[in-house]
Amino acid sequence: MSERPTEKPEFGPTRRGFLRASVAGGALVATGGAAFAQTPDPLITEVQPWARVFGDGIDATPYGMPIRFETDVIRRNVPWLTADVTSSINFTPIHALDGTITPAGCGFERHHSGAIELAKEDYRLMINGLVETPLVFTYADLERFPRESRVHFLECAANSGMEWAGAQLNGSQFTHGMVHNMEYTGIPLRLLLEEAGVKPEGKWILVEGADASSNGRSIPMEKALDDCLVAFKANGEALRKEHGYPVRLVVPGWEGNMWVKWLRRIEVGDMPWETREETSKYTDTMADGSARKWTWIMDAKSVVTSPSPQMPIKSGPGPVVITGLAWSGRGTITRVDVSMDGGKTWHEARLQPHSHDKALHRFYFDHVWDGSEMLLQSRATDSTGYVQPTKNALRAIRGLNSVYHNNGIQTWWVKSDGEAENVEVS
Amino acid sequence: MSKFPKVALGLVLTTVLAMPAFAEKMGLGRPALAAEIDAWNHDVRPDGQGLPEGSGDVATGETLFSANCAACHGEFAEGVDNWPKLAGGAGTLADQDPLKTVGSYWPYLSTTFDYVHRSMPYGNAQTLEPNDVYAILAYILYSNDLVGEDFTLSKENFLDVKMPNADGFFVDNRETVELPEFSKPACMENCKDKVEITAYASVLDVTPDEKKATEPVPAVVADAVPAAEPAPAVEVASVDPALIASGEKVFKKCAACHKVGEGAKNGVGPMLNGVVGRAAGAVEGYKYSAAMADAGANGTVWDPATLDTYLTNPKTAIPKNKMSFAGLPKPEDRAAVIAYLGSFSQ
Repeated sequence: MSERPTEKPEFGPTRRGFLRASVAGGALVATGGAAFAQTPDPLITEVQPWARVFGDGIDATPYGMPIRFETDVIRRNVPWLTADVTSSINFTPIHALDGTITPAGCGFERHHSGAIELAKEDYRLMINGLVETPLVFTYADLERFPRESRVHFLECAANSGMEWAGAQLNGSQFTHGMVHNMEYTGIPLRLLLEEAGVKPEGKWILVEGADASSNGRSIPMEKALDDCLVAFKANGEALRKEHGYPVRLVVPGWEGNMWVKWLRRIEVGDMPWETREETSKYTDTMADGSARKWTWIMDAKSVVTSPSPQMPIKSGPGPVVITGLAWSGRGTITRVDVSMDGGKTWHEARLQPHSHDKALHRFYFDHVWDGSEMLLQSRATDSTGYVQPTKNALRAIRGLNSVYHNNGIQTWWVKSDGEAENVEVS
Repeated sequence: MSKFPKVALGLVLTTVLAMPAFAEKMGLGRPALAAEIDAWNHDVRPDGQGLPEGSGDVATGETLFSANCAACHGEFAEGVDNWPKLAGGAGTLADQDPLKTVGSYWPYLSTTFDYVHRSMPYGNAQTLEPNDVYAILAYILYSNDLVGEDFTLSKENFLDVKMPNADGFFVDNRETVELPEFSKPACMENCKDKVEITAYASVLDVTPDEKKATEPVPAVVADAVPAAEPAPAVEVASVDPALIASGEKVFKKCAACHKVGEGAKNGVGPMLNGVVGRAAGAVEGYKYSAAMADAGANGTVWDPATLDTYLTNPKTAIPKNKMSFAGLPKPEDRAAVIAYLGSFSQ
């Protein structure tokens, strides 16, 4: 027996009329759809083992993992990027996912001193600084506050950062995979701050984690009181260890570094702290050597996840689903356009109807591919009217020395054999 | 009934009446104690808020830097491999490949104090005393040619140190510079005259090989075992390829500080080629703690049994050694990682 089931017929009988029409036009030769089978398919005519005997009983895997045929849908690392895996990043396999929710088990990880193991019983959250009463909460205390569930994307500010100087990595997982999208359950940070009582001069908070890096970041009070969540669940279950179990901060629409994991302390102050993560890192160097700081908001962005270098078109010419993701830190996505000629001509894609504020959106463009080369692009427009720019438009303003906040349009060169490569176009 | 409940009730009422603002609160959590705030509140701001009492000079800092920082950042703060460079880069920020260091880029010295004190040394954070941090900062400033070799940094003169790039930052201006430009109606047709490919990812070819992620144990590991020359002290158990493979996974917990395999060098911890069967504290060029050096001098040899004891709880096995690792509580993890280490000869 082979490891995997035999390739399924590409098209069902209802497509017969369409296929005949295509073949008449000479477009379809090698696909060998079921409509042209000369001999009966043994997968149909012979009783297969799975149709005869038992499968696994319940509880075979009390907490299930994806079936073994899907073992290539995993987070991946780019080893040359960082010195060590304890201060590093990996990438969500966005090329192989669909819909908008990222399964926690393959949502990218970013640690500054490794993913720590912190039990709920050992968890403490402190609020100190310019408050009426500095407070300490246990995990059990947090469970008693009113809570909310909201879907948000988390994007690392460095997502696509390796692409500033030119096309570098072949795969949407590597160019755009520092993003995930989960449904978070947590307490509005506002409620915790109100519990401690913010003094009038308290204009900023410092948030820090319980891990060895502590990863301190300053957040203006306006944002802290607006939509931040102190979250303990993602996609319905406890946060994964690598995503900050038992408690992390959610800062909707803002760069992922601020979503402090293993959140242990919130200090209220009257000015920002200018920590390492907001001076030495997560600042954007301009062409003249000056640097932008406090670039918190993630600009509107999109990418075609399939076809893409890791997802070549294997079925030959004919119908192909062009799909991808779009998101904006300023609101919702109202429109995504797709180009197949490198940006000369654009076509509006179908956006899926469930649209959450500051969350991933899924788009589809149903295309009948004639087998000729494509320069495939997507372009997002958000609810503020911001239209995703080209990389060159960004470079014209920022120069070539930036690392963070590259939201430029991505191009995949899909060749006539269906293989795709990361390229840039004029 | 004792009188106690009535007293307590009276106290609650008084509190509520005295602080009407609390009426809207949930009443959850408890007041933080001063000692608790002191234990966690170590952050330091550019205005000096949070700086502890203390001082340290360049010479002391050089010694401390060598012992605590140089494994990753280099003896002269020049950086090792991919680890951050802390010195140099002056005047390069507008170059094509700017070198951003504490000296060339960091706008505030407070950031360095805050970071070194709270987050460093890597793998052994929050172990430096304030005087150590002042001294290490003095040395980093010296390495960047910002102070002389006789310089002493203290809480008192801290704010006098001006960093070269203090004025090099401006607040995010995308709203005025980029949003108007990028909020025009999107073009749909005839948006360009021609399109040419200007860059190909395949030219650089730096994409990781995906097959590696799904491959089971690389065959080379199993093959390497017979080729290794186990010292007589090594248990035969170390030739079980499955155990070695399992040990390779366990070793990920160690790999931040310890390198093993071809070309392995000392890092935060000593390199571990040939560790099984070797005397403790014996790797050339590695600066051991006095406790570890003494253990070696007193005849401790890393045979599997000694390693097993040590890895169960490093801090109790050899008190005051500098490995900051909680230990491997599971016997099978220890057996696996010892087998894995046993597969690397000198």
